[in-house]
Amino acid sequence: MSRFEVVSTGNSTATGQPATPKNIPHRGAAANPSAKALQDKFGAGIKRLDVVWGETTVYVDPASVHDAIQWLHDDPSQRYDFLSDVTAVEYRDPEVPLEVVWHLRSLPFRRFLRIKSQIQKGQPLEVDSVYDLYRAADWLEREVYDMFGIRFRGHPDLRRILMWEQYKEGFPLRKDFPLRGRFSRSEQLRQALAQNPEARYSMEELTIADAFAELPQDMRERLSKGERTGE
Amino acid sequence: MSKRTVEVELSTTGLDAQGRPQRVPILTDDGGGGLALQAPPALEPQLEGEHMLINIGPQHPATHGVLRLVLELDGETVVRCIPHIGYLHCGFEKIGEYRQYNQIICWTDREDYLNSIGNNVAFALGAERLFGIEITERCKVLRVIASELSRIMSHLVWLGTFCIDIGAFTPFLWAFQRREEIYRLIEKWVGARLTTSATRVGGMAADIPNGWMDGLRQFIRTFPHTLDEIDRVLTKNAIWVGRTVGLGVMTPDEAINWGLSGPMLRASGVDYDVRKDFPYLDYETYDFEVPVGTNGDVYDRYLVRFEEMRQSVRILQQAADRLPDGPVNIDDPRIILPPKSKATSEMESMIHHFKVVMEGPRPPIGESYVAVESPKGEKGYYMVSDGTAKPVRWRIRPPSFVNLAAIPKMVEGHLLSDVIAINASIDIVMGEIDR
Repeated sequence: MSRFEVVSTGNSTATGQPATPKNIPHRGAAANPSAKALQDKFGAGIKRLDVVWGETTVYVDPASVHDAIQWLHDDPSQRYDFLSDVTAVEYRDPEVPLEVVWHLRSLPFRRFLRIKSQIQKGQPLEVDSVYDLYRAADWLEREVYDMFGIRFRGHPDLRRILMWEQYKEGFPLRKDFPLRGRFSRSEQLRQALAQNPEARYSMEELTIADAFAELPQDMRERLSKGERTGE
Repeated sequence: MSKRTVEVELSTTGLDAQGRPQRVPILTDDGGGGLALQAPPALEPQLEGEHMLINIGPQHPATHGVLRLVLELDGETVVRCIPHIGYLHCGFEKIGEYRQYNQIICWTDREDYLNSIGNNVAFALGAERLFGIEITERCKVLRVIASELSRIMSHLVWLGTFCIDIGAFTPFLWAFQRREEIYRLIEKWVGARLTTSATRVGGMAADIPNGWMDGLRQFIRTFPHTLDEIDRVLTKNAIWVGRTVGLGVMTPDEAINWGLSGPMLRASGVDYDVRKDFPYLDYETYDFEVPVGTNGDVYDRYLVRFEEMRQSVRILQQAADRLPDGPVNIDDPRIILPPKSKATSEMESMIHHFKVVMEGPRPPIGESYVAVESPKGEKGYYMVSDGTAKPVRWRIRPPSFVNLAAIPKMVEGHLLSDVIAINASIDIVMGEIDR
């Protein structure tokens, strides 16, 4: 097939290709050079560097995390163009702040960098969204919001994604959320049975279909007052 | 009349001078005394302006599980696509926080269930980095064999279901026949077909049984014939090409920005393969090539996955040739269970057995993100340890979740029937997306 090619990206360490990392120390391995560059650039915005098992983590102040990631994304000497993952960590110790974690890859330079931002509990859980830099952040940030309740400022469509929109039990991956859920089985069943069949479609979708005018009178009134479907 | 339904009055071809529907007789006088067929009406009914809402799924065979797509259609063209996921959400990551590392391996089977043994390998690699373990050479090669077998399995399921979605039935049977052979091999090795739980932290659950390599070598010998056969049926087939070329195009920049990985990314022309760029399990010492497409459409994704199966066979061949003798598990009684015979006869081994089972191995404080090239793309396991036997956080980076997020971008502007082809080309597994 002429429009299809098999590309070999090299085969051996002799050509300068990366090798499987071996005997990585727990701490103190060489840090990713981008971490130092980030420190020089942002100064006080960078809290600290950490190298654990050969992976560099940069702790960035929540206020400057968007600028830092934007610089990593745009700067021609960094070019972190691939957002692997966005997630969050809550520790078992309630004193320890929540962490939002970004895993970035630079495909041209074959680098991997972890950015972390700590959010103190008791404050509103908010950080800036990187949706404007990476479209991959769309669903990943929605999932973090869904599971941890961390809001991403600037995300255009921050809805629940894995849990349904009427889910009332809170944020499942928080440590104060019990493994079996907050509500009893009978309460969960009762809520499921009480679901409104119209809740299958969101308000936005009903507007697309022009079906709003066909809904029963009382439901139209409730929806026009801003109530979500199904609640 | 409901505004959502569009009624077409087929007998009406136009309006007469009074604005009433014109009645046109089918047969007219041909001028010579006989009757002739009326020329087909030129006017078509006006359908624009009416947007329809169509719901596909969650129970629909072409959505590959419980994916639900709400589509806004203008005629047959998709204007907007709103995906809904989460119907299979089981809270794997939450459960993982209450389990020891070896117990989580059983959960990795059940997320991307077409690649279960590959997930086991990926999780074990992540946990081993967290523990600071270097596994044995034999274990590395066995894990490469396991990963590549499971890549072929997953691609065969994808190929078969993709064919069915587009309307070709025969390659489905050929693909599933060969997949069954791999399942038999896997079953001989670990005793299970889908829920393999094949790895342990620091090794494998079992070494391969006697004579197993003969079965593998026979598979390696015969499998390329099946690929050739399917290749002959599909690759230059006019219907196949017509249904797939030019659909769901992602340019290289878009593909990177949307976070696509695996065959989806490589079909767009980006040669990023975790096995080459961030190698694990000594993949850099194997001689294989990374297929890269040029157009980033459904057809290129098909070609890339097809070629990947051939490359996997090459890797399997090399792994089978180099498989060294020696132990499979590392020699550390704090992490690896002693043999059952010793655990029931020696005091020391019994204590170790008890400690490993009841307390579980404890990694030092730290975190690790290990990504592997799963059949769907970059699959990462991110684990955070606080020094106890259970992780503080176990995160799955699901490749099909991020790949599926691009489906609105890919289907908008295409026809409804193409949605099925594009969705099939993403190769989603809902178990992994919803977790």
